[in-house]
Amino acid sequence: MTASNLTDRLLPPATITALLGALYLIFIGVPADAVQGPVQRIFYVHMAMWLATFSAFGLVGLASLLYLWRRSPRWDNLGRASAELGLLFCSLGLATGCIWARPIWGTWWTWDPRLTLTLILWMIYAAYLLLRALATEPTQGATLAAILGVSGVVDLYLINRAVYWWRGIHPAVIVNREGGSGLNDPLMRVTLLVSMLAFFLLFLWLLRLRLRTARLQDAVDDLRAQLAGV
Amino acid sequence: MPAALEVDHLTKRFGRTPALDNVSAAIDAGAAVLLLGPNGAGKTTLLRCAATLLKPSRGRVRIAGLDPVTDGAAARRRLAVLGHESFLYADLTAAENLAFYARLYRVTDAVARVETLLDRLGLRGWAHRPVRTLSRGLVQRCAVARVLLHDPSLLLLDEPFTGLDADARALLCSVLREAHAHGTAVLMSTHELALGTALCQRALILAGGRLVWDGPVGPGDADRLDGELRRLSGRVAA
Amino acid sequence: MFAILWKDLRIELRTKETFAAFLLLGLLTLVVLSFAFDPTSALREAAAPGVLWVAVIFAGTLGMNRSLLREREADCLQGLLLAPVDRGSIYLAKTAGNLLVMAAAQVVLVPIFVFFFNLPLWLTIARLTPVILLGLLGFAAIGTMFAAVSLRTRAREVMLPLLVLPLAAPLIIAGIQASAALMAGNDLSAVAHWLNLLAAFDAVFLVVGWLAFEYVMEE
Repeated sequence: MTASNLTDRLLPPATITALLGALYLIFIGVPADAVQGPVQRIFYVHMAMWLATFSAFGLVGLASLLYLWRRSPRWDNLGRASAELGLLFCSLGLATGCIWARPIWGTWWTWDPRLTLTLILWMIYAAYLLLRALATEPTQGATLAAILGVSGVVDLYLINRAVYWWRGIHPAVIVNREGGSGLNDPLMRVTLLVSMLAFFLLFLWLLRLRLRTARLQDAVDDLRAQLAGV
Repeated sequence: MPAALEVDHLTKRFGRTPALDNVSAAIDAGAAVLLLGPNGAGKTTLLRCAATLLKPSRGRVRIAGLDPVTDGAAARRRLAVLGHESFLYADLTAAENLAFYARLYRVTDAVARVETLLDRLGLRGWAHRPVRTLSRGLVQRCAVARVLLHDPSLLLLDEPFTGLDADARALLCSVLREAHAHGTAVLMSTHELALGTALCQRALILAGGRLVWDGPVGPGDADRLDGELRRLSGRVAA
Repeated sequence: MFAILWKDLRIELRTKETFAAFLLLGLLTLVVLSFAFDPTSALREAAAPGVLWVAVIFAGTLGMNRSLLREREADCLQGLLLAPVDRGSIYLAKTAGNLLVMAAAQVVLVPIFVFFFNLPLWLTIARLTPVILLGLLGFAAIGTMFAAVSLRTRAREVMLPLLVLPLAAPLIIAGIQASAALMAGNDLSAVAHWLNLLAAFDAVFLVVGWLAFEYVMEE
């Protein structure tokens, strides 16, 4: 059994198990937060989205760099798949953030540095996919998107600094999402970890599926071209 | 002396469709070659690959022995392209355009060279007017001047006679003959078979991205080639 | 590289197209945004730095396409690509050109901004100059590269703001924050961290643009 096959066999059950475990813990296992009430449960999901979003972003950057260097369609596919999933998880992250924010602070949106950063990230993802879609020709689109990918990752540190400094000056909404203060209960910490693991596995699984679809699509296109040529 | 242009198993794909398929040919220094083929055969693609504007999907291109991938600047200094567009800046004068390109190509004794070419192509009277105000024929002459500025080893021409009147054509032909006599290799794609066969001694025919014929031609071959091209067009269309 | 820059400047001096675009668009934005704020309210003064930068960014985004679009006439871009010129040099020349023209437009716009918002003239100009220059440099660097990218898509110029604005967020935030602090009377040392950020942004995108331009231009 090759490594790839092994992963294919283990990943789905592992993911499902982890997700079920996480769901159980989130809704049943863990006690409600004393201060924030049941709404706090969404936090476990929200933080998990973060991990996936940033991993995806990192992958997009890496894939972009490798594509520019090696020009293999494999890296291009990885970039696109990561961006699509990244956009998905980012959207979910923003959505869960808003849902949490409403009851807690009474507003849908705050310019919390992390939220702002996520929003900018979302826009970069969207621009990446849009660039691909609007390119005049697929290889060109791949190259241009790769340039955007690399720029995005390189810019990330600067965006981070800027956004944090910006919000640092105004003591408006004090957010402590780190959960450091709230997660004294060890069971809560465990839940968080399980949840993050579960969604990360989900991300990996979806990534594999997406890559497989892309490879099959490429194969179909190749066959089609061959048939047309002859 | 290295061949002016060498293409070796050149393949160029746009997406999945191959515009050029395994084309190999060599053009000796100082030779004049005609590039023919039905529309969509890949002539422009071949010329653009030779001009280093396109990167081959597979295969190699060599300009005067230089590899455009590693020695891009050096390779490009040896070639010149005359296409449909003039590559001239509309808001600058003819003289300014030529001076600019002379600087880009590091032409030695640029001022003198620009003057010589302005005279040779009869642009003296219009040299200090913005290109925007010049007629198409004059613009074409200026483009020809631009192309000869740096004394290229290889001259690539893509349908150079389109839209020119009889005088302009005659001028272009004489300039090309001079360049050829001077040792510049010429690769020209044109539908004007009479002019083409008068200027070139060899022809390459492309069809569907492949090289289907490579052989000598002379002034009397225009009709024969015409027939051949029609046949190929018919087959491609079917 | 200087040959290209010089050529661009000469064309610009003759036609003044891009300069006019930057100037008028910037002016328009300043006027429209002025409508948004009641001339007597304190809010106006607080919003001033933001307004200036919005005008700069907006005009810049729309105007930067011009320099590259100009090369499309008579396919001059191909002429440049055919020449034995390093692609990175073309990028630097275009960026420098954009920077100089934007800066020239700002020379007119900033005083107008000062008049509209009733600020002390020379003081404001002196304070804001370093921030504006650093900001314009970064904006030119990122804008020129992505203008080239966006021109290669079907959506052409429309893509440029979509691509640049999220990436230029550090530039925008730093520019506005630093301007606000400087206009409130702080001296340069108080905004040093913002200026450093701007400088870092400039450096990063000049390098990225210089390296990546080759890839943008190829087919």
